This record gives sequence, C-alpha cells and structure tokens, in this order.
Amino acid sequence: MTGRLVRIAGPTVVADGLAGAGLNEIVWVGEERLLGEVIRLERDLATIQVYEETAGLALGEPAEPTGEPLAVELGPGLLGSVFDGVQRPLDALAARQGDFLGRGARLPALDRTRRWELEASVRAGDDILPGAALGIARSGASAHPVLAPPGLGGRVAEVRAGAVTVDEPVVRLVGGAEIALAHRWPVRRPRPIRRRLAPDVPFLTGQRVLDCFFPVSSGGTAMVPGGFGTGKTVLEQSLAKHAAADVVVYVGCGERGNEMAEVLDELPKLDDPRTGGPLLGRTVLVVNTSNMPVAAREASIYTGCTIAEYFRDMGRSVALMIDSTSRWAEALREISARLEEMPGEEGYPTYLASRLARFYERAGRVETLACGEGSVTVVGAVSPPGGDLSEPVTQCSLRATGVLWALSADLAHRRHYPALDWSVSFSLEAERLRGWFEREAGEGFGALREEAMQLLQRERELVEVAELVGTESLQDAERLVLESARLLREGFLRQSAYDPVDASCPPRKALEMLRLHLELHGRAANAVAAGVPLRSILEAGLGTRLLRLGSVPAEAIAGGAEALRAEIGQAIARLEAE
Amino acid sequence: MDLVTRRVRGAEGIAGPLLFLEGVPRARLGEIVRIRAGGEERRGQIIELAGARVAIQVLEETRGLAPARAEVTLTGEVAALGVSRGMLGRVLDGLGRPVDGLPPPIAEARLPIHGAALNVTRREKPADFIETGISAIDGMNTLVRGQKLPVFSCAGLPAGRLAAQLVCQARVRGGERFAVVFAAMGAPFREYDAYLEAFRRAGVLDRTVVFLNRAEDPPIERLMTPRCALTCAEHLAFGHGLHVLVVLTDMTSYCEALREVALAREEVPGRRGYPGYMYTDLATLYERAGRIAGRPGSITQVPVLTMPDDDLTHPIPDLSGYITEGQIVLSRDLDRRGVYPPIDVLPSLSRLMGLGVGPGRTRADHRPVADQLYALYARGRDVRRMAAIVGAANLGEEERRLLEVADRFERELVGQGDAFRSIEDTLELGWKLLAPFPAEALARIPAAVLEARRKEAR
Repeated sequence: MTGRLVRIAGPTVVADGLAGAGLNEIVWVGEERLLGEVIRLERDLATIQVYEETAGLALGEPAEPTGEPLAVELGPGLLGSVFDGVQRPLDALAARQGDFLGRGARLPALDRTRRWELEASVRAGDDILPGAALGIARSGASAHPVLAPPGLGGRVAEVRAGAVTVDEPVVRLVGGAEIALAHRWPVRRPRPIRRRLAPDVPFLTGQRVLDCFFPVSSGGTAMVPGGFGTGKTVLEQSLAKHAAADVVVYVGCGERGNEMAEVLDELPKLDDPRTGGPLLGRTVLVVNTSNMPVAAREASIYTGCTIAEYFRDMGRSVALMIDSTSRWAEALREISARLEEMPGEEGYPTYLASRLARFYERAGRVETLACGEGSVTVVGAVSPPGGDLSEPVTQCSLRATGVLWALSADLAHRRHYPALDWSVSFSLEAERLRGWFEREAGEGFGALREEAMQLLQRERELVEVAELVGTESLQDAERLVLESARLLREGFLRQSAYDPVDASCPPRKALEMLRLHLELHGRAANAVAAGVPLRSILEAGLGTRLLRLGSVPAEAIAGGAEALRAEIGQAIARLEAE
Repeated sequence: MDLVTRRVRGAEGIAGPLLFLEGVPRARLGEIVRIRAGGEERRGQIIELAGARVAIQVLEETRGLAPARAEVTLTGEVAALGVSRGMLGRVLDGLGRPVDGLPPPIAEARLPIHGAALNVTRREKPADFIETGISAIDGMNTLVRGQKLPVFSCAGLPAGRLAAQLVCQARVRGGERFAVVFAAMGAPFREYDAYLEAFRRAGVLDRTVVFLNRAEDPPIERLMTPRCALTCAEHLAFGHGLHVLVVLTDMTSYCEALREVALAREEVPGRRGYPGYMYTDLATLYERAGRIAGRPGSITQVPVLTMPDDDLTHPIPDLSGYITEGQIVLSRDLDRRGVYPPIDVLPSLSRLMGLGVGPGRTRADHRPVADQLYALYARGRDVRRMAAIVGAANLGEEERRLLEVADRFERELVGQGDAFRSIEDTLELGWKLLAPFPAEALARIPAAVLEARRKEAR
C-alpha cells in the first residue's frame, strides 16, 4: 500500500490511498523518504506530521506506511550518545552529512559496527521472565546490562557466545523466539511494570534549598517555571551533574544550540563523583534545538522518556530532565493549528492538559518486571511567556506534578542562585519524605525545616513593615530576624555552582548547616532578650563564619560545626556577661 | 532542472500578498516562481499545496496585479541567493539585488536562504570577544563570538544610532579578519540614509555588506531579508573564515510582517495576533549564530528590536529573549537625562560573558571589576530611590558615596557618546570609579587582584 501526497503545508502533509494505515503509524514521505507519523485518518486520507524539513516536497510524491509505530532502539551504546528528537544519532549524522543537518538520512540509533561480548548470566535450560536481565554486554571499557524485551520470556534453549553487534540474536528461547542485545519499543506506549511503589524515598539533587525545603521523591515529578534569565537551564544542568541518579536522560527540547554545545563540551570533562568515570558515561542526550523540525520536537520528550524507562527496567534510578516543556507544548500547538483543530486557551489544543498529565504519569518508583526496584524522576522546565504563571502550560503542569520549584527574576537579578522563590515553591511530597530525612539525615530535620521556613516568613512580614517605617524604627529582636534570615538566604539557600565543594551538598551536611544557623539565631535572640545590644552581637562577626560553611567538605562539617558552635557559645556568653 | 519550462497562464484569485493557482504540474513546497503580468515581473514562493490548488506568496507589491492576465513560471529552485566575497562593500536590496548602481556581484555559490540547522555535535561553544568600543557592552555585558545578543529598545530611543555605531566601530583583536553584515528591515528613508551616511563617513563600507529592505517595500520581502543576510554571513564566515557580526534591525518590523502574512493566509492567530510558530520562526534566524568545530570563522548576531509600548513581556522581546543569549536593554530614563548610549546595565545580561573575558581574552581583572561595579551601581540606584523620599541631606556617608558612584557610572562609563573606547580604557575607568571605596567595600574583587592593582599603582 503506497499513498500519494495531496496536500503539503508546513510540517504536516496529507496523503490519499492510505485507508489501511493506523494512527501513529510511521510513514516514509516523498522520494527522499522523510520520516513521518500518521496523526489523523479520515477515510483514505491520512494526515502525517513530518519529522524533517518539508520544503521541496511535491504533490503526487509517494507516502509509504511501514506498519510500525514510532519506536526507539534500546540496547548497549545508548549511554554517552547524542540523539535528535526521533533518536537519530547526531554524531553519526555529522560524519555522514557534514556540519549541517540534511534530510532523508536513515541511520540506526545504535552503532552497527561496534561489537559487544555478552557475559551471560543465564544458561540453556533456565526459565526467564519477560524483561529479565540476561547478562552484561562488554565492548572496550563500556559495560551494559542486556534485558529481555517486555513480553518475551520462557525457557532458554541456547546462549550464543562471541562478539556480536546489537541487532544479532544472543539468546534463543524454546519455541524459536530470539533475543538480541537491543530491542525496539514504541515511544508513546509506557513500558510495562509490575507495580508502583510509594513515594517515600527522596531524589537527592545536591541543592540544599531543594532537598531540605522542597524535596522531590524518587519517581516523583517536579516542574521548574521561570522567565528567561532566571537560571532554569543552569539549574537543570546542575541537577544533571550532581543529582544522585544512576542514569540521566537530558532532553534539550526546542532550546539553544550554543547551550547544548556547552553541555557537550563540559560533560566529558566532568567526573561522576559516584563512579569516578566521566559524567557523559551516565548520560543520554536527546537534542532537538529550536531550529530543528518542530514535529521531532513534539516526539523528543517521548523518545527521552522511553529511554529513561528502559534504564529503570534494569533497576536503575533515572533522572529525566526536560528543557523545556513549553517548547514541547508550542510544537503541539503549531501542529494542532496546521490541522485546523478548534483551539483552546491561548491557541493550545484542548488536549494539552491530558497529554501533559499522561506524560508525567510515566514517572514513578516501581517494581520492574524482573530487575527489582527502579525509578524515573522527571524534572520539567517551563518557560512561561512574559514570566506570567497564569498561562496554560504552567497551569496544566501545576496540576500534573507534585513539586513546584519556582524561579524568581528578582533573585536572579541579584545573582542569588539557585534563584528559587521559597515563598511560591511547594512540595506535595515533603510530608511523605519526612520520615526518610529523619532517619537518614538526622533527627529533628522536620522541625528545623519548619523553623527555618517560619524565619523566612517572618522576614517577609518585617520587610513589608520596614518599607513603611524604615529599618531604624524596628526593635532589636526584629532586626535580628532580618539579619538571621539574610544569613540563611546567603549562607544556606544560596549555593555556588562554581565552588567545587559547594556545588553539591549531601543532606547530612545541609542539616548540620541549618542547625547552626538556627542555633546562632536562637542564642542571639536570647541574648537580645537579656538586653545585649544587637550591634555588639553583629560586631562579633559570627555571621560571616556561617557564610563560609558551604565550602567546608561534608566529611569535615561535623568537626567544623562543633568548633563554630563552641565559638558562638563563648562569644554570646561573653557579651551576656558584659 | 526541468527541460520543459512549467508555465501556467491565468491565476484563480488574489488576496493581499497571496496568489492562488490551479493545475500547476509538479509544484514543490518552497519553490520560487516568476509572475509576469502587464509587462512587470514579480517573484513569488509556493507556500502551500492542496489538491490542484497552489498558494503563492508574492514577494513584491501586488497592487495592480490582475490574476487573469498573470503568467506564472516555475523555476524549479527553492529561494536561493548567489553569495560571494565580492558582496563586501555593496549595498543590496532586501532580496540581495544591488541598489548601489553597480552590476550584481559575481556569485561564488548559490545557497538556499533558509539554511539547514547546524548539527549540535559540530557546534563549537562561543569564545573570545568582539570589541564594540562601547563600555556598557564590552565592560559589563561582553559580546562573545558566536553569540546572539539582541538590543531591546523603545520607540524614540537612539537604537539606530547605536546600531550604526556598532557597525562602524566593532572589531576583533589579534588581527583576525572581520566583516559586518547589516540588514535593515522596514527602514524609512530617514533611517537608512543616516546608516549609509554613517558607514561612508566611518570608511567601513568595504568590510560591510548592507541589505536594505525599505519601509515602502512589501512586507513579505522583509521575511526574506534576514535570511539573505544570514546566508551571506554564513558564506563569509564558514566559506572564507571571517568573523562576521550580523546586525539585524528592526526585528519588530520583521515580526509584524510575519503576522501580516500569517493572517493573510488565514492562520489561527496566537498571542496578540502573532502566529503560533513565531518562536520557531525566530529561532531559525537567531540559531544561525555560532561557530563550527574545525572552521576558523564565526557568526555573531545583534538583532535590534523595538518593544511595543516599552513592554518587555510583549511577544517579540519575550520570544527573542528565550532564544537569544542575553539582552542589552535601552532605558528611556537614561535617554531623558542625556546619557548616550542609554544602556541600562541592570536588566541587561550577556549570558556568555564568561566565555569571552578573562586572561588571554580581555584582562584578568575584567570579571571582578564588572561584578563590583554592577553591585555598587545596583545599590546606588536603590539609594537614589530612597534619597527621592527621605532627601539627600539625610543620607549617611556610605550612601552618599554610593549615590555618587551611580551618577558617575552613568555619566562617565555608560554615557561615553559616539567615541570608541578600548576595553583597557573601560577597565581603567572602572577602577577610577572604584577608587573612593575602601578595600572592605570591594568584596567582589579577590584580595589578590586588589593587591596586584595596588602594587601596579605604586
């Protein structure tokens, strides 16, 4: 069955003679065989979104359905790779086409020339479950677990030895089914799991303000809205570098080319603090910059998510970063407009909310089919036009995600990074994670967190008063609140991405820092109540010591904190004596 | 190329800039056509194919065009531009045809003006700076080669003068070859005459290519102008190894043309009537800035745009800001006080500044001096606001010093006038402004840098 193009407009085309095609089926479009996907069927007319530039297509050119949905290839060689939104390998494309992206290039996602040696963990006669680990594939320094595809299990008839490419079968089951190192999976269909697990383990980001105040669970979802210049990308990238994940899938969805060039330049040079290897070795990049075809941008988040689920199914904890979901929604809007669908709010299609919700539901901490526990945590950036949070993408994301990390332009202008607005941000998961923090980071965590939040809240109220009457007319006790809150903001909430120690902070260290901040505040408040003038407390310079705690290594923090605590005690006692 | 010329006599209809044809054999999306009617020839581009019906966007004025008498010839070619090094020194129209009375430059290559996306794995991250001679840019918001840094202006502010100053003064250090591609979109006579006069007077025409789409030219030509300019820039940068600065002004005219054409096509309008794909469309322009691994040249873009109603959240500056790497913001307040260039450094930002400054590029003290000036100026502005309420007489000593540094910063460092100021002179002036402050007040400058400075002074 081959159709003919009858209509061409921007990134969508219509072909006739495709009565037998299915929705979301892949179609080769035109003589150059561009990649397209069926998004609407009416009698024998199929509307196809084309994942490549459509200029130069003519009416009457063929449209050939493949019978398959848009799928990605999952297997050894994914880690460290850079793909476009439909999983074409950008490195290999550059080698073939040169510096600029051409059209119609068909390249397999995974390198077909590379050979892998399977170190099998199953033998003939073993019974394997669908999705079971079959062993480790090794090639040079790379090692990669091999999974049976979901839906394929049974008794192993034969395990083949020797070096093979990713598409060669390595295991044959009784009954004749064969399993290769890699398998394909349709991107719009979530990979199956055994069951979902409760969100009571945190996903540690290494950012104090996030982990302590607005934690996201492993398998949870967080959204990061912020106008331009508020540091969304910097935050996503520092999560990609420092978060406690086994695998990071980073989707650059409709963003800047130079930024991706910087990521590609930096990642190989950075070491993974957990394994010692280069960070690139735990990262998969899916890149569809703003000037690449818009339909592929729409697909890119599903491509990224399916790759993330594949690593989850190996029992890994995976972080899926999307920068930015607004660009994805805009691609959806652009295609919807081409289909002349009835627009909803701000021209977005009415199914924006359900698509977004369904996508975020693919996150989760789960019991995998056969490899124990794994998780996909999704962090989605949102770029609200004009910084206006009432726009549809922000509002739909707010309902779909559990954690809001709101970035503030005001903080960013003052170079306070991460520019997280603590008065707007929230975590619906904080309560369920409280137990973990009390157990793992130290007792009293929840109480300290609340005390700190109250201090910040109190500061907010006092600043409003001070704006009316001037700081001079506040009482010493109130001015102490302002001073302590300032220390908390600058010494705790603010974190330097450029300081090698401060860039990432484990919860135990964060707790110790928070405790010191609040202890100093408590001691000083008592002293002020006892009549010690605030000025002499400030002149003792204890605050500046707190500001430097960030660059104290985590191992040294307990000792450092003890010394500082003693110093604070002595200094305040001396002042009280005077 | 087809052996038989494909030609159709008589069009079905016309609506604004759109001409509709039927029964065109083998028409291709994006193909360029020639439309002959009443002795005049116009160019057009196929923008939609639906059944037997073809929609053509006419690139020139359609007034007086009689569809029944039109003869449309298909060229078999997508929109392309003949490019060559010989374009330097020339003044061309918005589609790349000479308007300076000289014969067309001999093309070294014909390139499609829409340009393909650069494979990100081949991108080299931006590095090194372009010296504009403007302290508020070089010193505080450095322009880096391969960056796209727009100027956000308001109606009535001297954005044109600043654009011309950039074209005349910009240079790269270290003897590498440098060129400017200047594209004006929807420019009135008063403006483009002043541009050409300024370039001539400064003697920079022979390192400059000028693309001129005048206010009276059809808006659709405006959509091609920046693409022609960037195609030419790509040839000079990646074909000839030049560092090319592309100045595009005014992007607001471009976006308005985009809206006009989209609505003529009866597309569903997005925010404020601009088409939903404006982000993607702008990205296909702005993303053509950059460097390529293993090639010597670079493309740096400075698009200039006017914020309608001074509104930073208007779709044009908003979408631009999401794509570009920072922004230079002009301020009405500074302009009123006679400061030229009226660059407000507080909302301005060059995201890539870190890649262009420091030892080996500008100077080791560049970043700390800029940060310190930034911090003091920000506080000085706060003090100024407070002084307006409580009165200057009630300020403390430190506050008065801050107020003074803010005033001097605007008057001396930002308000430099039309003069070229080297980055060294900018930094020296910066140190002069910092001089009244004790070392403790200069926390953003590392002790070692302060110490080195003091030794040098002795």
